[in-house]
Amino acid sequence: MLRLPRPLYMEMVAHCLEGLPDEACGLLVGSYGGDEVAHLFVTPNAAGSAMVYEIDPKEMLRVDREARALGADIMGVFHSHTHTDAYPSPTDVAQATDPAWHYVLVSLRDTHPVVRSYLIRDGHVSEEQVQVPGLEVPGLDGHTDLGPDPDRPAHPGPGPDPGDPENPGAGGLQATG
Amino acid sequence: MAVDVRLPTVLRGHAGGASVVQVDGATIGEVLSKMLAEYPGMSGQVLTEDGSLHKFVNVYVDDDDVRYLQGLDTPVHDGAEVSILPAVAGG
Repeated sequence: MLRLPRPLYMEMVAHCLEGLPDEACGLLVGSYGGDEVAHLFVTPNAAGSAMVYEIDPKEMLRVDREARALGADIMGVFHSHTHTDAYPSPTDVAQATDPAWHYVLVSLRDTHPVVRSYLIRDGHVSEEQVQVPGLEVPGLDGHTDLGPDPDRPAHPGPGPDPGDPENPGAGGLQATG
Repeated sequence: MAVDVRLPTVLRGHAGGASVVQVDGATIGEVLSKMLAEYPGMSGQVLTEDGSLHKFVNVYVDDDDVRYLQGLDTPVHDGAEVSILPAVAGG
């Protein structure tokens, strides 16, 4: 489970929206291996891309030091998907190096952002519940709408997403906060 | 000379949970080799089989990423802080 205080949830989603049309990213700080995000650090996407993200190595060092000063550690990372589901891409899985980190995805494909969190261990992806106190967010119960839509390419490209006209609700529940 | 090496969370379990270990060495390459000899569980996660820096980690001497210095040949000074952090990226 991941517990994300509402102000941090809002800051995370806002940062992702501000980053459009590129992917946006940031780091979660708290107790390593724990469930509660205590601090959120937004970082620039050093890749400057709508397809990939990279946390600038200098930003990593800065956040690590700030986390240490707070008596905490980096415990996860978030990034946005601008045109795909809130599900780790093959690249995300391949580059996930810490089995105790929370890997949070913010999908901006639909009208409302969709936030999901995952643990990625040895290439195996498991979704976990996300709790945002004070915010009722359908789709965060970890048991619905699992996984990407198999009919949708993982990276349809930076152009507009035509969606699925026959099934417009497919592939993502929406935050209603 | 002795330097402090700050470990990324994922490697601390191989060092008894320590977040910082003290290692001797004159260059980053020496420091990392000695650290890996002492904590063999970290093998393969810092250096590749051919001895180069793993692409999924960044190593810093004080404030500087060694990839922009002299890589593994980057000298370290007594009391330097070496940090190892994951290279975080995805798609």
